[in-house]
This record gives sequence, structure tokens and C-alpha cells, in this order.
Amino acid sequence: MTDQASPVPLRGKKTGPSWVPSMAVQRYILRRIVQAILVMLLVMVGSFILIKLAPGDIVDTLAGTSEMSAERMAELRQRYQLDQPVLVQLFYYMMRLMSLDFGYSPFNNAPVLDVIAKRWPVTAILVVCSVTISMAVGTVLGVLSARNAGKPVDLGISVLMLVFYATPSFIIAILLILVFSVKLNLMPIAGFATIGSGYTGLQYFRDVAWHLAMPITALCTFYIAIYGRIGRAAMLEVLKLDYIRTARGKGLSERRVIYVHALRNAMLALVTMVGLQVSALVGGAVLIETVFGLNGMGRTAFDAVFQRDTNLLLGVVFVSSLGVVIVNFIIDLLYMVLDPRVEIK
Amino acid sequence: MSAPTRKTMARLMRHPSGCVGVVLIALVIIMSASAGFLFPSGPWTIAGTPRLWPGADPAFPLGTDALGRDMLSALFYGSRVSLAVGAAAALASVIIGTLVGAFAGYYGGWIDDILMRLTDAMQTIPSFLAAVAIVGIIGASLGTITAAIAIVSWPMIARLVRADFLRLRSYDFVQSCKIIGMSDLRIIFGQILPNCLAPIIVSSSILVATAIITEASLSFLGLGDPNVMSWGTILSVGRQELRSGWYMTAFPAVALVLTVLALNLIGDALNDVLNPRLKEAA
Repeated sequence: MTDQASPVPLRGKKTGPSWVPSMAVQRYILRRIVQAILVMLLVMVGSFILIKLAPGDIVDTLAGTSEMSAERMAELRQRYQLDQPVLVQLFYYMMRLMSLDFGYSPFNNAPVLDVIAKRWPVTAILVVCSVTISMAVGTVLGVLSARNAGKPVDLGISVLMLVFYATPSFIIAILLILVFSVKLNLMPIAGFATIGSGYTGLQYFRDVAWHLAMPITALCTFYIAIYGRIGRAAMLEVLKLDYIRTARGKGLSERRVIYVHALRNAMLALVTMVGLQVSALVGGAVLIETVFGLNGMGRTAFDAVFQRDTNLLLGVVFVSSLGVVIVNFIIDLLYMVLDPRVEIK
Repeated sequence: MSAPTRKTMARLMRHPSGCVGVVLIALVIIMSASAGFLFPSGPWTIAGTPRLWPGADPAFPLGTDALGRDMLSALFYGSRVSLAVGAAAALASVIIGTLVGAFAGYYGGWIDDILMRLTDAMQTIPSFLAAVAIVGIIGASLGTITAAIAIVSWPMIARLVRADFLRLRSYDFVQSCKIIGMSDLRIIFGQILPNCLAPIIVSSSILVATAIITEASLSFLGLGDPNVMSWGTILSVGRQELRSGWYMTAFPAVALVLTVLALNLIGDALNDVLNPRLKEAA
């Protein structure tokens, strides 16, 4: 991403119809795609080598759960190609990856792709809801606090932000469980939906929302603080600028000045956070899914680590990293739209 | 302590949130230093009746856990783990991040490309997932936990340092160093690096805070060093007792949040104290 802003729009000459991006933009998109592929390659090669460097493999774990002769172990190692040198294994793995073949997960007795296909929606719901909610709440609090800078409202919000910023997600999760599930007996303590309820349609949706409210809240608080702090600082910066005085001078309502004119510029600082947040949330999902007994990608990765299920773990790393890369790509494109000054190299 | 360090410390203490942060961290340091002296039998000994509520027995002001171990002792020993892992992991990631960022920013070209793609790749993998994988696969010990945290957290510093080096390398003082024939390494570490210490120092306090959270999270998941009592360990044991004794999770949680809060406050204060632009305004 280019972070230098040039005062002159440098987008290259437009040719053809308006919906076709200019040559410079096309080149930029192509360059970003090549970069993304390179990053994904690095991620997979790095993770593969790290996993292979460690002692023990899946056959050891399988042998630990059931009686197995040495011949049988050797046979299994041969079948999973674990008897080959690491670089040969890496080569085979990467070749299979090219055709989106993630291999087989012996513990789940299913292809890795099937396991992931069944579990990614849970994590995706958690991540999408957390990003949306934390950004909305954080921005509103940031704006509120910037508009009342130095007043009690600002102080109150700032203190709340400090506490949210310092409290890890799993502590929020325990606190929520203690208050709403154990003491008040209001919220379900774990799970994705009521088992065997037979709910459909809107009822099912309500049931799932009721179950996911606490996990999503636990994932949100830290980022509400981040968006709130960045939003406040960005708003204070923007509100000093001349064009805001112009907007006020031409008699626009305060609401319009703040939410249409100032916020659009302050958003630039907030949007850059989303990419980092998505990556961190997938990591946070490992904790939150474990605490709330949700069967998502985080929980899957956690179990795969202990079962030495290399294929499954690499599959989860691939899918979550791909998600992060795609989100970052979209943000870069969004940035070009939001800020026409961004220079494209 | 050198004169500039002393001056920074003095300004930090005059800064309201910096003062609160320093006092809180000083308390945590005193806790970890006095743990062995106050509780010589260690945090694992079964000292009294299990599940004793705080205040029920004057011998155990914070009560006992499900096995009858002293909560106060566990809390004191836990502060050692948090501080040690936090400081060591932050230091290691600052060193890696500074080296990567300095070389990428100073040399540019293909060195920059390679190092920055590596940084991108590290920032793409969800960092806590990577930490869980590293610790889970290699085995949980204070060493692997510290290493795992350092490995996943250096990219932030690398980006910061690279941006400063990109800016500073075209300055006149760097050009004149080159003209008098100074070696690249001396320019990087002797001339440019001292000029970008301020943001590194500010980020370090945030890094320590993040490292402490990550260590506690790992221990909470059962991936802590089994030989040490960490705040995360107490939390994961206490979580099973949420119904009968929520105080078992409350104390380590409060300790953890206050420590992280203190480090964040110090970070904010350092940012105000070390930021030259704001200094002129004040």
C-alpha cells in the first residue's frame, strides 16, 4: 500500500469508458496480485518447514491412541509420504496445493477441504460481525469524544477505552459468562445453537444470534478501544482543517459537517486498521471458540496442533491467510476510492 | 543512568498517566522480587483448606484455590512469569524488528523487497494462531513461549524502523557520513538509529503489554510452561470453578489488566514526552 499522499492526483490518463480503470490502476492491481501470491507462497513454505522441523508426526499421535506395530507405522508413514526428505515433501505438498488439494485429515477421517468447508462459516460470522460492530461502536465513541474534547463525556469515554484496551478477550469472555450465564442465567454458556431445537428461519437466526452475542462481544471490546482512539485523534486533526470551517461557514448543520464532511476523511485512518484486525481476530478465534465451545477454524487449528495433523493445520493457515490477503487487497482498492490523492506507483 | 534517560524519567513522572503507570509497574516488580522471600515454599504447595473465600482465614487474605493453594502466593509468583516473558519477548522482537527494518530501509532495492515480503507474510498469518502452533508443536517452556511471541511480534517494529530509515537516509548528515567514507554499519547503527529511538521506545512498552497478554492467553489454553505458575495458569484452573468461587479468576484477571493498563499508560506518556512536535507546543 502506498502511504505517501501526493497533492496532485496521479492516476494516469483515462482511455476508454469510465468504468474501465486507467492503465496505472490496472498495473497497480496486477502488481498487488503478484505480491499477494508471493506472500501466500512464503506463508505456506514457512509454515510447512516450521511444522516439519518439530519432532513427532501424525503417525506418532495415531500410534498413541491405538495399538500399532512398527511395520504398520512405517507403512502409514510411507502412505502419507512422511518417509521422504522434508524438501521433497514440501515439493509434493506445494504441487498438490496448486490444484487446491489440501490432503486428508486422518483424525477427522475426511479430506481437509471438507473439514474446513464445514467449519469456516462459524469463524467467518464471528470475524465479520466483530469487525462491523467494533468499527461502528468505536467510530461513534471516537467522534463523540472528539466533539466533546476535554469535557466529562470525553473523559468518561477515554477511561472506558483505556480499560477495553487493556483487557484481553478471554477475560471479557469469562466476565460475560460469569455475569450473564452463571449468575443471571440469561445467556447460553456455549455452543452455536440450541441442539435439537428444530428451529428454522427467523427463529434459528435469533437462536444463533443469542448464542454468538457473548463471543462476538468478547472479540469486539479491544477493537472498539482501538477504533475509538484512532477515530478521536483523526477527528480532532480533521476538525482543525480549513474545509471544515468552509463547510460551517456555508451554513451546513453541525451533524452534516461532522458525519459527512469530517468523518469521510477521518475514516481513512480507521480503514487501515481493518486488515490488521481481521488477522488478529482469526487468532483471537482460537481462544474464544475454545472458551465458548464453538466448532470453528480456530478450534480446528488448536486441535490439529495437538494431533500433529499437518495437513489440517496447513489448510487452516492457508484459508485464514488467504482471507487476510483478500481483505487487505479490498482495503487498498477502497483506499484509492476514498482518497484520490493516493499515489499509484 | 545517563543524563537524557534521567531527564526522560523525570518528565515521565510529571506526566499524570505516566506517573500512575510507573507506580503500578513498580508494584508488580516489587511483587515479583519479593515472591521468594514472602512465600518461600513456592506457589504449588497445598497450604490450607481448599476453596477458602478471601478474608475467611487471615492466613490466606485472598483465599485458596480448588486444591488449597494460597492465591496470594500464586499471584506473586505469576507476576514473575509475566514480567520475565514480557520483557524478554519484547526485547527480542525489538532487536529482530530493528535489524530487519534498518537494513530494508537503508539499502532499499531487492533487500528491501525480500525483507518486506517476509514481513508481509508474518503479518498475514494470524499471530496468535502462529504462536499456538509454534508452542504446541515444539513444546511449552518459558523459552519457546518467549521465542514464539518474539517471532510473531517483530513485524510492527520492522515497519516502523523502515519508515524512519527511508526518511532519514536522504538527509544531509547521512550523505556527509557517506562522503567521509564511514562504513554502512556505522552509519546505520551509529548515525541513523539514534535518531529513530523515540518511536521504538514508545512501541516497546506496548510490545511488553502484548507479550504479557499472549503469554497469559497461551497458559489459559493449557500451553503454558508446566513448571511455572503464571496468571494464565491460575485463570485456566479458576475457570472450572466459576460457579463455586469466581474470586479465583477475578484476582489474576485484575492483576493482568492492571499490569497491561500500566504499560499502556507508560506508552502513552512516553509518546507525549518523546514526541518533539508536542514538546514544543507544551
